[in-house]
Formats: sequence, structure tokens, C-alpha cells
Amino acid sequence: MKMNAIETKKLSLSYGETLIINELDLKIPKGEITVFIGGNGCGKSTLLRSIARLLKPKSGGVLLEGKAIAKLSTKEIAKKMAILPQSPSAPEGLTVLQLVKQGRYPHQTWLKQWSEEDEKKVNDALKATRLEGLKERTVDSLSGGQRQRAWIAMTLAQDTDIILLDEPTTYLDMTHQIEILDLLFELNEKKKRTVVMVLHDLNLACRYAHNIVAIKDKKVFAQGKPEYVINCSLVKNVFGMDCEVTMDPLFGTPLCIPYGKGRCILDKAVAMNG
Amino acid sequence: MSKYKNVRLFKGKLSFLIDRKAAFIFTILLLVTFLVFVISTGIGDMKINPLTVVKVLFGGGPEMEKLIITSFRLPRIIVALMVGISLAVAGGILQGMIRNPLASPDVLGITGGAAVAVVGFLAFFSDSNNALTVSIAWLPLAAFLGAGVVAFLVYFLAWKNGVSPIRLVLIGIGISTLMQALTTLMMIMGPIYQASQANIWITGTVYGSNWKNVATLVPWTVIFLIIAIVAARTINIQELGDEVATGLGGKVQKQRFLLLMISTALIGSSVAFAGGIGFVGLMAPHMARRLVGSSFGALLPTSALLGGILVMVADLIGRTMFSPLEVPAGVFTAGIGAPYFIYLLFKTRNA
Repeated sequence: MKMNAIETKKLSLSYGETLIINELDLKIPKGEITVFIGGNGCGKSTLLRSIARLLKPKSGGVLLEGKAIAKLSTKEIAKKMAILPQSPSAPEGLTVLQLVKQGRYPHQTWLKQWSEEDEKKVNDALKATRLEGLKERTVDSLSGGQRQRAWIAMTLAQDTDIILLDEPTTYLDMTHQIEILDLLFELNEKKKRTVVMVLHDLNLACRYAHNIVAIKDKKVFAQGKPEYVINCSLVKNVFGMDCEVTMDPLFGTPLCIPYGKGRCILDKAVAMNG
Repeated sequence: MSKYKNVRLFKGKLSFLIDRKAAFIFTILLLVTFLVFVISTGIGDMKINPLTVVKVLFGGGPEMEKLIITSFRLPRIIVALMVGISLAVAGGILQGMIRNPLASPDVLGITGGAAVAVVGFLAFFSDSNNALTVSIAWLPLAAFLGAGVVAFLVYFLAWKNGVSPIRLVLIGIGISTLMQALTTLMMIMGPIYQASQANIWITGTVYGSNWKNVATLVPWTVIFLIIAIVAARTINIQELGDEVATGLGGKVQKQRFLLLMISTALIGSSVAFAGGIGFVGLMAPHMARRLVGSSFGALLPTSALLGGILVMVADLIGRTMFSPLEVPAGVFTAGIGAPYFIYLLFKTRNA
């Protein structure tokens, strides 16, 4: 049986009086890429943030490798799980190397601020994200894709088994989106890291995720391999959208094509017969 | 020669990464500080040769010069140096904590709180003949308490499941304005000469510093300076935002409180002994950032030296340029600081 990296038990989350997630049970398998999908405001980011202990639950709990995170110290958690929030910002003038070094924080003390291990992990992180040549550049001078790689390098330097990412590709153009997702896929493949992320693009989610979790009505609507789980009915239920689900010609994973307006240049007869 | 040097001692129990360029700049600034210190000590009504000053500092030198230097000049210049260091480091910490380059002790109302305490003290403890009923030695304590009370007040009011930078600044500005109003009110209600005395003090001056001041200020400053430098790594992660900082295992709220307390301690002591010397907390960290970058391990010490140099120079100008008049150092820090502040606002309006 696959081990679970993270589990939630009857997790309820709210902002003030508004309930966002209601008694949600979820198991996130170790060593796989899990992607949360769902409509705007369905609570997927909120769920991710509470798993990362950035948000305290209203009730219920989150287990990290079997232990309740409420009982672990924040440093202990930081050694096992890294989180990259949405749109992080670095102070002006901070260099890539300085940013990536911060990833070593949970492993350091005020006396030991640059051990040999720290140095190695930072260099490995820069190598994995192909940023060695850019390490003295300031983060704000990089392109969108490079900047996101720098933040990912920081989480890599943290050297955790689990990496959580909240919409890591939003605001990036297609090339950079693929750049980032390819990097994360490699990290999972080669270094067996558990990756959990929130993605907006359903098709990219199908292509990269081993395990897709669809959130609706404050609970998990469906979970599993994209090719078993993603179909027209799910898309209609979760996104309220009519679509056709076919097979991606390059990867074979589900490809969702929504109905709606647009220039239809197919032969009219073919379009009407479906 | 590589850009960095790994320092590993005691079989790895102690390890640091040193940026060579930053270390070099720090060393240069250290020399400049010493130079300004010596030259400043030598300048005054009686001009003393810098070499003589150095001799006196090491215990020798002619009697007359020794007297002037040790009785009048040294205490004042040491206080100026300590105040500059304190304000610069406090400003640096606040800017890092609040993630805003415009943050400074003045913005958070902390210097305002100290000012109210001082004016209040002067108003309260005066009898009908306008003489102080208690010793003036209590004044610094009052200033420090004022700074502390306001810091707590601002923190408490800004608390809502933790303290966010924006809330701190907004509440701080509100409180700061309130403090200014209170100060003005008390000055108006009190006798004229007290207003004038209070006004000079509020502008910021190291005039009248004595060795007792030094004996209190130096250990206090050094201790908190060391604590601040040790805490530099927590400021580094706080600068990345609360969520990233928590994700890295930082106890954000606890650290924020600690940093605020360190800042208040440094600001309080500065205001207590030198009044409201403004803009140093804003300028020094900025200039330091330009020179050595954004990592606080390098930023705080560099900022400290720049602050010290600034205040010593401001004091020097104040007591020599308009001789025999003594112009408070605060006038000159404001004179350089205000245009610098405007230049900053101008520069960031397009960002």
C-alpha cells in the first residue's frame, strides 16, 4: 500500500464566519504529483495553505507523515515540507543566491549559518533549476520564469520530501509554465519528492499529475488518476462547463475542450454530428 | 579571488558566509568612523591637532588638551556615535520587518511617544516658578518609557491574529500624529521658556552630554546592537513575507515582537539622550543597502556605521558652522534627510 505523505481528517476551514472547506478527508500519496483543481473560490488554495499550516483549521486536523501538524514545531514541519505561496515577493536588491540561501533556514542556527551541507544543498538547488550562471543577479531583474525558478530553488534548498506550490504557473506565459512544470516533474521523477500544487489549467493538470483532486461544495468531489477521473460529467459538476474530453495527441492524457463561442472552422456537418 | 569566503571554525560548530565586498566596505567605513571621531574631537573653539587627539585617546597628551577633550568633547561625540548607530540599526530592523523602505522610527510614532513623555515631564514636574521639582536626570527615563509605551500601544492596536506590516504602519502614523498633537498642546499650556527648551530637545541635540550619559548609553547600545546582528537572519526571512517565513520554520509573530522590542530599546535610548534626531533611521539603512545589498548580516553593521558617521558629522557642523551659536544636530539630519526622503518618494513613484 502506498504511504501517505499528508492526510486530512474531517478538516474544516473558514475565514471568519464563512465556511470554505467542510469536514474534508483527503489522502495525499507519497512520491507522486498531486494537483488540486476546482472552480474559483472553491477553497483549493485555502486547503493547500492549511495543509502548510499557514491557516489554522476551524476543526479537524492535518497529518504530516502520520503526525498531527498541530503538535509539531514549525521548524520540524519546515524540515519535511516546503511551501511556495502565490506571487511571492523578494526585497529589492536581493540576489538569487541570497534568496536560495534562505531555504536553509530550518537547518541552521545563529552560530551555524553556512555549514558544508548548506553549501552543497544550495549549489544542488541552483544546478537543478539551471540558475548557477544567474546566482549573482537580483531576483527582481529576472524574467517571470527565471524568478519562479529562483523561488523553487529556495524550496529545493530547504531539502524537504514534500513541496507545496500555490498556483506556481499563474501569470507566466506558456513557455515558462511548461518550464516550471517540467522542472517539478523532473524533481518528482529523479528525486522522488512529493509535489502538491494548485493549478488553474485543467489540461496541464491532467498532463503532469499522477493524482488529481477536484474540490467542490467544500469537499473532495473526486480524486484519482486524471484518466480515470476527468470526464465531461466531472467538468460539468465542478466547473459548470460543458466540454468534450478527448486524448492529448502528445501525451495521451485527458484533454478538455470547452463548448462555447468562437470561430468554428470545422465542416458544419461534422460539428453537428458531434 | 572568489566573491565569498566560507568561515568554518570549531569543527563546523561556527560557520558563516562572508561577502568579501561587503566586508571590505565595512572595514573602510570603520576607518572613516574613526577618522570622523578623531577629527570631530579636534574641532571646536580650540582647534586640536588630530594626532594630539589620538594621543589623548590612548592616555597621553598635553594636560590642557586632555582636559578639553575628556571633559567636553568626548562625551558628546561618543553619544552622537551611539545615537547614530542605534537609530540606524533600529531603522534597518523596522524597514526589514515592515517590508517597506519608507518605514522608520518616526513613522511608527515611537519617537513621538518619547517626545510627549519629555514635554509632559517638563510640564508636570515644574512648580509655579518654572523650576523643575525633580532632577533632570529623570528625563531620559521618561523618554524611554514614552517610547516603550507607544511601541506597545501601536503593537497592541495593530494586533489581529498577529501583526501585519500594513497595520503597523497605519496605526503608527495615526499614533504619531496624535503624539504630535499632544506635544503641541502641552507646550502651549506650559510656560514659554519650557516650550523653547522642549523644542530644542525635540529637534535632537547631543549638547550637554556628560560621562554619566555615556556610561548608560554605551553598554545599552552595544548589547542591543549585538542582539540585533544575531537576529539578522530572522529579519532576512521576514522580508520574504509572512507565509514564506512561516514555511521556512520561522516563528513570525514571536520574532516580530522581539524585533520591535530591540528597535524600541535602541530608539528609546537615543531619544532619551539626544532628543528626536530624525531621518537617520531612514537614510542610513538605505545607503547601506546601496553599498552592501539586502542581506541583513551585512546590512545592519554597515548601516550602524553610516548612522554613526551621519550624526557625528551633523553634530560637528552644528557646533562649528554657526559658531558661537550651537545648532542642534537634528537640524542637519533633517536638512539632509528631508530632501533624501523626497528624492526616494520621487524615485519610487514610477515603480
